Amino acid sequence: MTLGLINANPVVHAKKERIARTDDLHCDDNVDPLDIYDILLFAIVVAFDLGVGCIHFVRDIRDPEHPYSLEQLSVLSEESITVDEKLGRILITFTPTIQHCSMATVIGLCLRVKLKDCFPPHFKVDIKVAPGSHADEESVNKQLNDKERVAAALENPNLRQLVDECLYSNEL
Amino acid sequence: MNFVDDNVELREVQKLEGHTDRVWGLAWNPATGSAGIPAVLASCSGDKTVRIWQQNPSNGPFQCTAVLEETHTRTVRSCAWSPSGKLLATASFDATTAIWEHSGGDFDCVSTLEGHENEVKSVSWNASGSLLATCGRDKSVWIWEVLPGNEFECVSVLQGHAQDVKMVQWHPTVDVLFSCSYDNTVKVWAEDGDSDDWHCVQTLSESNNGHSSTVWALSFNATGDKMVTSSDDLTIKIWGADIIRMQSGEGNTPWEKEVTVASLKPFCFSRRHLCTLAGYHDRTIFSVHWSREGVIASGAADDAVRLFVESEESKVICIPPFSGSVLALVAEDDDLRW
Repeated sequence: MTLGLINANPVVHAKKERIARTDDLHCDDNVDPLDIYDILLFAIVVAFDLGVGCIHFVRDIRDPEHPYSLEQLSVLSEESITVDEKLGRILITFTPTIQHCSMATVIGLCLRVKLKDCFPPHFKVDIKVAPGSHADEESVNKQLNDKERVAAALENPNLRQLVDECLYSNEL
Repeated sequence: MNFVDDNVELREVQKLEGHTDRVWGLAWNPATGSAGIPAVLASCSGDKTVRIWQQNPSNGPFQCTAVLEETHTRTVRSCAWSPSGKLLATASFDATTAIWEHSGGDFDCVSTLEGHENEVKSVSWNASGSLLATCGRDKSVWIWEVLPGNEFECVSVLQGHAQDVKMVQWHPTVDVLFSCSYDNTVKVWAEDGDSDDWHCVQTLSESNNGHSSTVWALSFNATGDKMVTSSDDLTIKIWGADIIRMQSGEGNTPWEKEVTVASLKPFCFSRRHLCTLAGYHDRTIFSVHWSREGVIASGAADDAVRLFVESEESKVICIPPFSGSVLALVAEDDDLRW
């Protein structure tokens, strides 16, 4: 559906054939990175401004028939997810499409919300931008991993609405 | 109790259920828990309420005796009892701090402190109960005077932190205020003897052996000559007083002069790094508290609680498990209080 578009920076990939998983990984203690990836695959929908190369809010879509998943924009890939089962740690690294992407923290929040109840309670989730992929890398990472800041942000109705739009616009 | 040699353990006494969202903080009522008065605990939550728990009878289980609701419109982040135990201050993400008074079994909200631009994160009463301090994401620290009739007046808005202020704590004996922040520093605030102006008299940053990431909590020992801080940098730091003594009398040296206690205050409570405890937690240490008996408890995102006491030989601190005083812990790796 996105074939033939010019100015692919970054390149928009075709969706892989995958089955969307249900959210509940509680049944077994084995947390497979690929399972996490499947959850996120169709979960978050964004618009993409081809001119700037930057992700936009869904509401800003100029062409509502072409929402993109994070996988298509190479923001997430299978390698984005590492799981240490012994320690109970999960690390998600995502790659914003440009160095000054203003949506980086919103995407991070979307990831947090989507993954919130997916794991056995002792698992700890860290979310970071891929090293070198964002101009404010340290600042974005610090905010995304400060649980008080995340909780307060998600109580902010405007921000919560944006996150919800990104998460639940798959029907577009 | 000899914590080092005795084989002591931490044992769960009771799990208090009732809140419907994450519990962020708790506070023991200082006027309870001894002399036959059943202990009272307040807890505050993301469900926008505060719950009061009372031990009934004095050595029995805790029961919920009140729910303080329909006041805060967002998460209640922290709560603190006044020294008399008669008032409870609650700090909320809704940018207000509510003051509650109990009459009979009920609690009434008698005042609401407004002013912060966004989430209030912490509230603390001074030793005499005459002052209240709050802090929040707007990077400021507010000092409020407690007036008769449950009136509160803001006496100072302290700017200086470069980021979100996570916690404020008054020194246990003197009216000097300490704050810790997402900007990785701890700041010390005191009143200028002459002009009643509050200002920052010291900043503990990475350059003077301070933390290298968000400082989440700070706590004093009973006498206030030592302070402990905990951080996202995975360390706990102990700080001592750096008291500058000024002597009165006829000296030849020009700098010696008689000073009053009031003007000595800003210089009295400078802090000096004593030691850093590293390697005991491998995730953010959100909470640290120093008990009256001298035991430091730390709680971290690695789901561990650790206890520390100072050994006699040196400043290096050892860790026994122990039992004895009651330690209240909040689930979800957050607050703990002796």
